Amino acid sequence: MKNSFRNGFHVLQPGFGPAAPAKTASDEVYPNAAHSYIAKEVAAKTFQDVNLCYQCGKCSAGCPVRDYMADSPNKVVRFVQLGLEQAALNSTTPWLCAGCLTCSTRCPNDFNLAKFMDAVREISIEKGVKTKEKEISSFHEAFLRQVRLFGRSYEAGLVADYKLNTLRLLQDVDSAPGMILKGKLSVLPHKVKDRKTIKNIFGKTTHKKKRNG
Amino acid sequence: MKIGVFICHCGENISRTVDCPRVAETCEKIPGVEFSIDYKYMCSDPGQKLIKDAVEIHKLDAIVVGSCSPNMHERTFRSAAVAAGINPFLVEIANLREHCSWVHEDVESATQKAIELVRMAVEKVKRDKPLSKIKVPVTKRVLVIGGGIAGIQAALDVANAGYDVVLVEKEPSIGGHMSQLSETFPTLDCSQCILTPRMVEVNQHPRIKLLTYSEVEKIEGFIGNFKATIRKKARHINEDICSGCGQCVSKCPIKKKAFSSFEEGLAYRPAVYIPFPQAVPNIPVIDESVCTYYRNGKCGMCVKACDRQAIDFDQKDTMMVADVGAVIVATGYKLYSIGKQPLGSKYKGYGEYGYGKYKDVIDGLQFERIASASGPTSGEIKRPSDGKEPKKIVFIQCVGSRDPAKGISYCSKICCMYTAKQAMLFRHKVHDGEAYVFYMDIRAGGKMYEEFVRRAIEEDHVNYIRGRVSRIYEENGKYIVKGEDTIAGVPVNIDADMVVLASAMIPHDNAPGLAQKVGIPYDKYGFYNESHPKLKPVESTTAGVFLAGACNAPRDIPESVAMASAAASKAIILFSSDSLEREPVVARVNEDLCAGCFYCRKVCPFGAVEVRDIKDMNGVVYKEVAYINQGVCQGCGTCTATCLSKSIELAGFNNEEIFAEIAAL
Repeated sequence: MKNSFRNGFHVLQPGFGPAAPAKTASDEVYPNAAHSYIAKEVAAKTFQDVNLCYQCGKCSAGCPVRDYMADSPNKVVRFVQLGLEQAALNSTTPWLCAGCLTCSTRCPNDFNLAKFMDAVREISIEKGVKTKEKEISSFHEAFLRQVRLFGRSYEAGLVADYKLNTLRLLQDVDSAPGMILKGKLSVLPHKVKDRKTIKNIFGKTTHKKKRNG
Repeated sequence: MKIGVFICHCGENISRTVDCPRVAETCEKIPGVEFSIDYKYMCSDPGQKLIKDAVEIHKLDAIVVGSCSPNMHERTFRSAAVAAGINPFLVEIANLREHCSWVHEDVESATQKAIELVRMAVEKVKRDKPLSKIKVPVTKRVLVIGGGIAGIQAALDVANAGYDVVLVEKEPSIGGHMSQLSETFPTLDCSQCILTPRMVEVNQHPRIKLLTYSEVEKIEGFIGNFKATIRKKARHINEDICSGCGQCVSKCPIKKKAFSSFEEGLAYRPAVYIPFPQAVPNIPVIDESVCTYYRNGKCGMCVKACDRQAIDFDQKDTMMVADVGAVIVATGYKLYSIGKQPLGSKYKGYGEYGYGKYKDVIDGLQFERIASASGPTSGEIKRPSDGKEPKKIVFIQCVGSRDPAKGISYCSKICCMYTAKQAMLFRHKVHDGEAYVFYMDIRAGGKMYEEFVRRAIEEDHVNYIRGRVSRIYEENGKYIVKGEDTIAGVPVNIDADMVVLASAMIPHDNAPGLAQKVGIPYDKYGFYNESHPKLKPVESTTAGVFLAGACNAPRDIPESVAMASAAASKAIILFSSDSLEREPVVARVNEDLCAGCFYCRKVCPFGAVEVRDIKDMNGVVYKEVAYINQGVCQGCGTCTATCLSKSIELAGFNNEEIFAEIAAL
């Protein structure tokens, strides 16, 4: 008596009703999306509900780096909507996002996707998920290290830091002479005066986070 | 005065939190209450019989029913009272459900509150005066505003029922947007072929007075007795003489100065023009803004061409007044304009789609004209820029619709269907052509609608791609449409020859203006509000004003026609008797007390307050006082509260009654 239908009537008796559905694979694949860690965390960081996205795909359609992405941007939003934390954090799409805001500008439902991608990147750093796009992450790190030291970007230091960390010594070497000639790669760093404040900002914003080694 | 109190349990709705038998018992002790009882369902037949029997046995003069909201069953209990021989306005409802049991949890205090509510009603009913319904005469004529398919249908239905109709259309011809369409879904029958017979019928119907090129200026009055002022704009053609031969049109030397709005800007029209060949009435209009005569006083080619001297350059706008009993508003829609929007517009445009910048990026109605046999290309699919046959067309749905960032959150409802139809027509006419449709969802709810979309996909091989297009740009003479197939998760770039954007339906720019003239509410977009979204879909909240078609919400042809017939039948119901009965809950002015400050006139939302002169014996006016038109007054009580001299009383809710209620607390 698996389902208690008799003469078309559903017999409602305690203990005799249809059994609670067994936990299936899909229960694990789709955790309770609304209460999932990743959805809550993203909402807390971006001040916007991830369910604003109605998956029209206009963001992916206009994304200038879409061709380099394995998962389309709207798919990453879907992962978070469904609470698929691992899928979202392991996707390289957030790291490839250039933050150009084309998606956010054109979104019909005013979902700020660039902000969303930023939040996903932050969460993966916090959780220590190492992205396959190591270079991009290293570039971010190198850039921030320069800012931490000098209060602003120091291009020569950024190049040295990035190359030493990634061992991509010959990348973009051909553009160096032009940049030096135009004064874009000065040898000595320009520093801001009040570096103490910069230090405080870094201290306040990074102390809670587990640095991505 | 003997009062009966009847407490309803409303099944468990009230009795769950209110001890009904105790309420009945306690209320019996209130002075004046002769009889009190509780019952499970007072609104049921036995419940009403209980009331009638009690009235008879105990010789009751007035009753108080403790039950649900008066919105629900006041009418029921009043008719029960009438059947028992009590004036219906000596019935008071104490709302024990919405105001008490549903909003409280504690039985003891809810019961106390219920007793208080009944006590208040008892005190009020003691002071209630018997009122009788007000009779208002009815003018059996309907004003239909808008001559699209909805207006045409409504006018014909009312006229065929034997009542006079005044049909006002702001364009030179009736027919509306339907006359612009090529073919109609889901049957692919020619739009004009099914529409024009009705247009002709309207023109020839003895009971329909057709006023084209006219606009409603003002509507005064109230249900059954509206007075509409209509501005008949100057055509500069004498309608009584003109035979519609078209000689003036062909002789007009101004050929390329004005775009035809009927052809959606895809063709020019002369300064004197008939919007389209099947126009009703078939009488031209002179466009003052481009006509040479109005620019420098010369030309007059049309005057020479006209055999009947019908051209009248000096014609002026004329005003006319129509007395009508009901108004049917059927003003329809316009398309959201896709390109850049003017500053201050409540909508934002799609800069990224290049509409307005690229000639071959057009909207749905423009494609209708291109596909129409009477259109600028005689029905051949040609692109506007160079007249070549496009081989690859991309259709984009939801342009404007479902896009809160652009200002429109709603679904325009018809775009899924007409896009499928247009893609189909294109495939029928250009056999080696490819059609792509970008959609977000396909909403094909309607008889034979889903089948129609499937037919486009399965038989006509229209390629449907799920995803919203991000951008359109020109490259090597092609329009590159950048989209994403969200099902496959792959980017899609299509090099199209032409792009058709299914833009949203929005109300006309002057929809709020007309609403204010007619006195009906509208929503934030400008669509007119129905009285109840489910049960009163064609009534506006103003009595005697009905809605039909897309002025209320996006609608397709069958729905507009159905709604128009419904509105017509509502108007006909009004006319079924010679006078209307209405609730006597209206305000009255005590003319002796009225100081004539007319604050009431300023605050009255219905325009019911008039000025009345008080004359002495010699007929000399010595005082002006407010007078409230009993037909217009809706009994809202605003004037009563505003009146400084306390000279206005709302029947059924006068100060004595209300203060007694409060004092009973």
